[in-house]
Amino acid sequence: MSRETEVHTLSVPPGGTSDRAFLDVRDLRVHFGTEDGLVKSVDGLSFQLERGRTLGIVGESGSGKSVTSMSLLGLHPRADRKGKGGAILSGEIWLDGQELVSATPEQLRALRGQKMAMIFQDPLSAMHPYYSVGAQIAEAYRVHNEVSKAQARKRAIELLDRVGIPQPDSRVDDYPHQFSGGMRQRAMIAMALVCNPELLIADEPTTALDVTVQAQILDLMRDLQKEFNSALIIITHDLGVVAELADDIMVMYGGKAVEYGPAKSVFTEPEHPYAWGLLGSMPRLDRPVQDRLLPIPGNPPSLINLPSGCAFNPRCAYKEACGTACTTVVPELEPTDGAAKHLVRCHLPVETRRTTFTEEIRNHL
Amino acid sequence: MSIEDYRSEAISTTSVGTAASGTEPLMSVSGLQMHFPVRRGVLHRTVGTVKAVDGVDLTVHPGETLGLVGESGCGKSTTGRMLTRLGEPTGGSIVFEGRDITHMSQGQLRPLRRDIQMVFQDPQSSLNPRHTIGTIVGAPFAIQGVEPPGGRKKAVQDLLSLVGLSPEHYNRYPHEFSGGQRQRIGIARALALKPKLLVADEPVSALDVSIQAQVVNLFEDIQAELGLAYVFIAHDLSVVRHISDRVAVMYLGKIMEIAPRDDLYGTPRHPYTQALLSAVPLPDPDRKGEEASRERILLQGDVPSPLNPPSGCRFRTRCWKAQDICAAQEPPLMQIGGVRPTGVEHKVACHFPD
Ligand SMILES: Nc1ncnc2c1ncn2[C@@H]1O[C@H](COP(=O)(O)OP(=O)(O)OP(=O)(O)O)[C@@H](O)[C@H]1O
Ligand SMILES: Nc1ncnc2c1ncn2[C@@H]1O[C@H](COP(=O)(O)OP(=O)(O)O)[C@@H](O)[C@H]1O
Ligand code: SF4
Ligand code: SF4
Ligand SMILES: [Mg+2]
Ligand SMILES: [Mg+2]
Repeated sequence: MSRETEVHTLSVPPGGTSDRAFLDVRDLRVHFGTEDGLVKSVDGLSFQLERGRTLGIVGESGSGKSVTSMSLLGLHPRADRKGKGGAILSGEIWLDGQELVSATPEQLRALRGQKMAMIFQDPLSAMHPYYSVGAQIAEAYRVHNEVSKAQARKRAIELLDRVGIPQPDSRVDDYPHQFSGGMRQRAMIAMALVCNPELLIADEPTTALDVTVQAQILDLMRDLQKEFNSALIIITHDLGVVAELADDIMVMYGGKAVEYGPAKSVFTEPEHPYAWGLLGSMPRLDRPVQDRLLPIPGNPPSLINLPSGCAFNPRCAYKEACGTACTTVVPELEPTDGAAKHLVRCHLPVETRRTTFTEEIRNHL
Repeated sequence: MSIEDYRSEAISTTSVGTAASGTEPLMSVSGLQMHFPVRRGVLHRTVGTVKAVDGVDLTVHPGETLGLVGESGCGKSTTGRMLTRLGEPTGGSIVFEGRDITHMSQGQLRPLRRDIQMVFQDPQSSLNPRHTIGTIVGAPFAIQGVEPPGGRKKAVQDLLSLVGLSPEHYNRYPHEFSGGQRQRIGIARALALKPKLLVADEPVSALDVSIQAQVVNLFEDIQAELGLAYVFIAHDLSVVRHISDRVAVMYLGKIMEIAPRDDLYGTPRHPYTQALLSAVPLPDPDRKGEEASRERILLQGDVPSPLNPPSGCRFRTRCWKAQDICAAQEPPLMQIGGVRPTGVEHKVACHFPD
């Protein structure tokens, strides 16, 4: 067992209890064999989530957010014994006591839709163009419930109504292209919710939407989560969206969590230089206009050839402070001694991180 | 050519000013329209018109940044294409440095292409994958038949340095670059002929947030160096606030409100602007959940179709302040709160502005 997993077993998971959480992910690794080499999309991820709570996963494009969510749902075809043709999975995913990494495709299919469901970024690609919206929602219901077509249709209308589609009993027969972007996203949420899943994963659910429609959808998701008491994972690059929904936040970089903890501490006392970079890159409407944004220099890393040591080191302004550690040793995700459930993966001593943040970073955000 | 030379040359050919009151506008647009015919059937009969841009008034002053915001489909990109005359408007007028360019032919426009340039949203599709960076960035010289002092290669390499790329990238191809780098290439190409006006259509929307910040800073640096004016089109209200001197808010093909940046964000007067600003989720965990939605003006429904915009005020179907007059009469875009010098007016198109 790696040291990292030990830390997690010992520490109290953020937002959870020391017993096994409703969703308990341990040392998850998802690798893909490609012609260019092994892509380590997710590389040692651990987190926990209880019913009724929301985890926000943030990070740049290619950091492994979507691969993480697809693996939870078992949506990646698995690689063969030679590691070809799909995802090489290891680690554990415990959902309500059942382990999913070792589950069969049939077991996963039975869980998908019923116990766990996903809301995708682009509803058009997730919905079939040739079937009516209602038929698709009804079908999703009938897969897991032995009901008549009429009953399933009734359920579809009920859900369309619940997600705020006007005149649901006539709109139920519309095709996806007859819906506006916002309505399609609502319909997809209805489809995801049709079997009352306990784990809901929303991958960039509002990225394609306009801000006024996004506000409607965020409200809807918040209400529905309360009503269904589901565990919600929201994946986004919009820190505003996570701040609004999430209880806990995980910041990913190069397939690993670099900072993980209660939303409040991650936002107000971030300790990882990458998290500072994300916050400094983003102009904020609730602050006076900054003179200048503080971008992170360089580009996100290639997952085939991650920089040695800390994957962030080529872009990090603080690596000199740690001697050679940053370029040679992969830092562990460890508790900071402040907020007990706040974990950070960085070689800088906790004290240095704190003073750097309060003295150099905070007043620029 | 060093950046200093580039700047002094640019300045000598441009009347540089800041978001200045009193200066002559670089560009004035009035009543701008772009109506696309909608055709159906084998006979391609016209069955309607998409009023993508339907009476836009605005001015751009030398050296300033005018932000243009609004939801998708409201006509921002179409407006941008008209301003750069990549399309010919179906109505209204565009005057650039005193000349009416609304209906100029391609031939007449050619010399103007030096002064007005455009940067596109998608750095991927706006660069020809089969051309080297050198060819792409140098294309404007070739098209215009311009031989820059020191030669084209030197000029291109200078441009690459200006946008933070390495001159060694000259012989590389677009696919070898990241999204942020490709956007820099597009910017370098647009700057080649030292335009006085750069229309940038969602130039950072496709980029990761950390890269977005690099490119936003680049836009600011280049403007400080060269004194050119930007029309910066985006749907991200925070980025637009950061970069703009003035901001125009569009809805269904029309400007609803236009004002200096701090007025627009500090005291928005149009209901739509208010709703738009209140909808932006703030990265502040203390406003989590109900807190956030309580402070928010939640608009009902979606933007109506530009095929058939509502009568009178086109925002009235979603406006909580709408009265009978709003359906009967279209509110003109008018200065409110007393007279102000040109360039700093606060104009609103609403019968009942706050
Ligand atoms: N089937 C696959 N085969 C090979 N590599 C893959 C596969 N799926 C994903 N990857 C790689 O895994 C990495 C993580 O991808 P992922 O889709 O999780 O990113 P993300 O964090 O969701 O990014 P974005 O913000 O752009 O959605 C990327 O480098 C991607 O190219
Ligand atoms: N060539 C075209 N033919 C028909 N309709 C068009 C054309 N170009 C744009 N439109 C329509 O005009 C409206 C405004 O489009 P656009 O300017 O691209 O909006 P924005 O950039 O604000 O998202 C949209 O309804 C769009 O579908
Ligand atoms: S470990 Fe080193 S390189 Fe990585 S974030 Fe910390 S200081 Fe920077
Ligand atoms: S004119 Fe009327 S409908 Fe339009 S924004 Fe003003 S109050 Fe609302
Ligand atoms: Mg993704
Ligand atoms: Mg557009």
